[in-house]
Amino acid sequence: MKRGKFLRWWLSGALLGVASLAAQAAEVVVYSARNEQLIKPLFDAYTKQTGVRVKFITDKEGPLLARLKAEGRNTPADLFLTVDAGNLWQAAQEGLLKPVDSKTLQANIPAHLHDPGNVWFGLSVRARTVVYNHNKVKAGELSTYEDLAGPKWKGRLCLRTSQKVYNQSLVAMMIWEHGEAKTEQIVRGWVANLATAPFPDDNRAMEAVAAGECDVTLVNTYYFGRLMEKKPNLPLSIFWPNQNLKNKSAGVHVNVSGAGVAKYTKHEREAIRLLEWLSSPTAQNLFADVNLEYPANPAVKPDARVATWGNFKHNLINVAEAGKLQTRAVMLMDRAGYK
Amino acid sequence: MTPAVGCGEERTASAARHRSTRFVPRHILRLCFFSAPRITAWAIATLTLIPVLVVASALLDPDQEIWAHLWRYTLPELLVNTVWLALGVGLGVSLLGITLAWLTAACEFPGRRFFTWALLLPLALPAYVTAFVWLGLLDFTGSLPTWLREAWGIQHLPPIRSRGGVILVLALALYPYVYLTARSAFQGQGRRLMEAAQSLGLSPVRGFFRVALPMARPGIVAGLSLALMETLADFGTVSVFNYNTFTTAIYKAWFSLFSLPAASQLASILIFFVLVLVLLEQVSRQNKRYAHSARGGGGSTRIHLAGWRGWLVASFAGLVFLLAFAVPFTQLLIWAWYAAGTDLDPRYFAFIGHSLLLSGLGALLVATLAVALGYAQRLQPTPGMVFTARLATIGYALPGAVLAVGFFIPVAWADNLIIDQVRAWTGREVGQILGGTLAVMLLAYCARFLAVGFSSVEAGLGRITRSLDEAAEVLGVTGLKRLRRVHLPMLRVPLLAALALTFVDIMKELPITLMTRPFGWDTLATRIFEMTSEGEWERAALPAVAIAIVGLLPIFFLIRDPDAKAC
Repeated sequence: MKRGKFLRWWLSGALLGVASLAAQAAEVVVYSARNEQLIKPLFDAYTKQTGVRVKFITDKEGPLLARLKAEGRNTPADLFLTVDAGNLWQAAQEGLLKPVDSKTLQANIPAHLHDPGNVWFGLSVRARTVVYNHNKVKAGELSTYEDLAGPKWKGRLCLRTSQKVYNQSLVAMMIWEHGEAKTEQIVRGWVANLATAPFPDDNRAMEAVAAGECDVTLVNTYYFGRLMEKKPNLPLSIFWPNQNLKNKSAGVHVNVSGAGVAKYTKHEREAIRLLEWLSSPTAQNLFADVNLEYPANPAVKPDARVATWGNFKHNLINVAEAGKLQTRAVMLMDRAGYK
Repeated sequence: MTPAVGCGEERTASAARHRSTRFVPRHILRLCFFSAPRITAWAIATLTLIPVLVVASALLDPDQEIWAHLWRYTLPELLVNTVWLALGVGLGVSLLGITLAWLTAACEFPGRRFFTWALLLPLALPAYVTAFVWLGLLDFTGSLPTWLREAWGIQHLPPIRSRGGVILVLALALYPYVYLTARSAFQGQGRRLMEAAQSLGLSPVRGFFRVALPMARPGIVAGLSLALMETLADFGTVSVFNYNTFTTAIYKAWFSLFSLPAASQLASILIFFVLVLVLLEQVSRQNKRYAHSARGGGGSTRIHLAGWRGWLVASFAGLVFLLAFAVPFTQLLIWAWYAAGTDLDPRYFAFIGHSLLLSGLGALLVATLAVALGYAQRLQPTPGMVFTARLATIGYALPGAVLAVGFFIPVAWADNLIIDQVRAWTGREVGQILGGTLAVMLLAYCARFLAVGFSSVEAGLGRITRSLDEAAEVLGVTGLKRLRRVHLPMLRVPLLAALALTFVDIMKELPITLMTRPFGWDTLATRIFEMTSEGEWERAALPAVAIAIVGLLPIFFLIRDPDAKAC
């Protein structure tokens, strides 16, 4: 009995020694599904400015969520950073994030880009828009996402796979606007208009449009920016759909990459401070420009290259709706035969 | 024989005796249940079973709505797709692997020595990277179809993004598994076997089909089952082709429909199928023995393929090498050259170091466990033991991310237990103890890659005749001593194969590495992930090329060493 007790003390003492080594300096731990080269410059800048070290680990959003969940109360994570509102919504849904009461964040991030309960905040905006081959299509022929389901685009549309969360969120938002029945009709129309099987990524879809395999596709703008930087002579142009509508489907569909504070953070104040800093003008440019995205803070101008694509009206539905309806969207796309 | 020998030895003392289990007194039977081989096997199997059971436990809480949806809209398609993929890749890797193995092991043709090791090189490229390169070259927008359209007016080519395309690319990426195991089986047969066949009037071709091929079955099956398990578990390659399989459906159910139960249901079906297949194969070759005298190997009785036949064979091998390795690797080199300007920095030393360390330690651990499991099965070749060994190697058929999460959950659970206990006793907060340690990473690799090491070791052990075990026993050499002095020296070639295969596989592994690595512990594979996660495939070429080059090392050793004597 005595010996068992001694062993216990010895063991816990040893564990304590090992563990306390890691927990001393001021630092924040970030779990990030946004990849390393997009976040490291940012964290380096933060450390330089504040002296607070930022430790991070990257992974795909699904496993990262599973990890956060499994670690539960003892997770080392302070901040959870990911792409797509669907994933943020899911993290909130699983009770892995905690609400943040911050005037700075409320002021910096517009209402439709953060969780209604302030559990997470969008930090950069990703617009999913129309890219077309300007040798084959006039801008005047294009109007809305919904219009791409019409018969005049038969055999002229290319799409990325429905497995990608960007398309799932887009369809989820359309369910919110039109209801399931009408959305399913639209998606079926898209599928009927496909020139070729869906592509694994946005780049391939744009390359196909440029090569004339099809005329028009839907992509996130930063892919367009990256591709045009590499191959400026491609006959591709950007079009902002749904601009002249007055109803709730007005505006280009936007999604966010964003972050929330881990529910069981041990450094809540530090985590909030980092989150606030990320929404500030200094960080916002770094955050968005490094990947040619749009800053979430409306006071911050986008990168010069991004600005050349022109201004556009956002769809103002709260991006959290995309998360809520994602499951329905995935099932709808399965029913419509959108692979 | 002394009555004091352990039941394991007693059971294997002669092949005939182990079938007479029912005549063994009951108390010895009970002893056997707790015997060292059995405990070893179960301990190893536990490593894989824990993550599998963690995943399967979600079955207890079925998600009716999602399941009904999957059943109606996606299961029929993905069943057909998965079966076609498995059949196609199985056929493809068998044809390529066996043919090339036989040609390089038993024939002489121009360039044979080069092809002997060069044909293994595709192993060093992650299959999904090869797939992406081929898609870039052969899709409508690719260089070849564009050239054909513009220069020749050829409009309609068979689409690469199709069932045939994905089968072709996977077969080219995975045939080296069969090539490697089949080749070492053919080599182990030595020349006596074929001489005997020829003295009985069989032509070389018929000798191949009647004698060499059937005798090589365990080796071929070992490689084939690895290739098939990898095919079933593959997510990266089929995603590039947007080809829906069981594995893509598992990912979708889990990470898009947020339904762990549905994912678990699908994964359980997948595992069930794999187990049934594996056991069927096992049953079908029961009571057959493949051991033969190890003497008479080597020698220069290769069949000389002179003149045009030699060149025909050489061009076939050359074509496979070109398609499976040279072309994709060249494209990667070109991309890497451009990416190196911005991305190559001193951190690459750390990435390479981490990759080497993890792969090296992981391969050693996997090989050790594989030998332990193989020897345990040899000591007690009971159906129960065979089943345990199959269970232990099932991790390879499970999609990587599923296994990674299944492995992480119990680790986190144990960590939480420790942290809570420390808090309760001392009032202090501590960080994770197990999570983010190398030990956990290595164990997770074992759970995933044991099949890779084991298949090679098992086939190797099968080729050692049991009379050697008995001879050793008569001389008083038993147990671990016998393993060390008799079996291990004879297992050199299969062990090297196991080490090399596991090494390159861990080098390419992604989900487990991502999930369990310590902070800041990036490897070459995680670099690929960082680039491809936002679609920057060209930049991913740099770490991919680095993996290929580092992964070449063991392949080079592997082939040079055994061949030094065989050539």
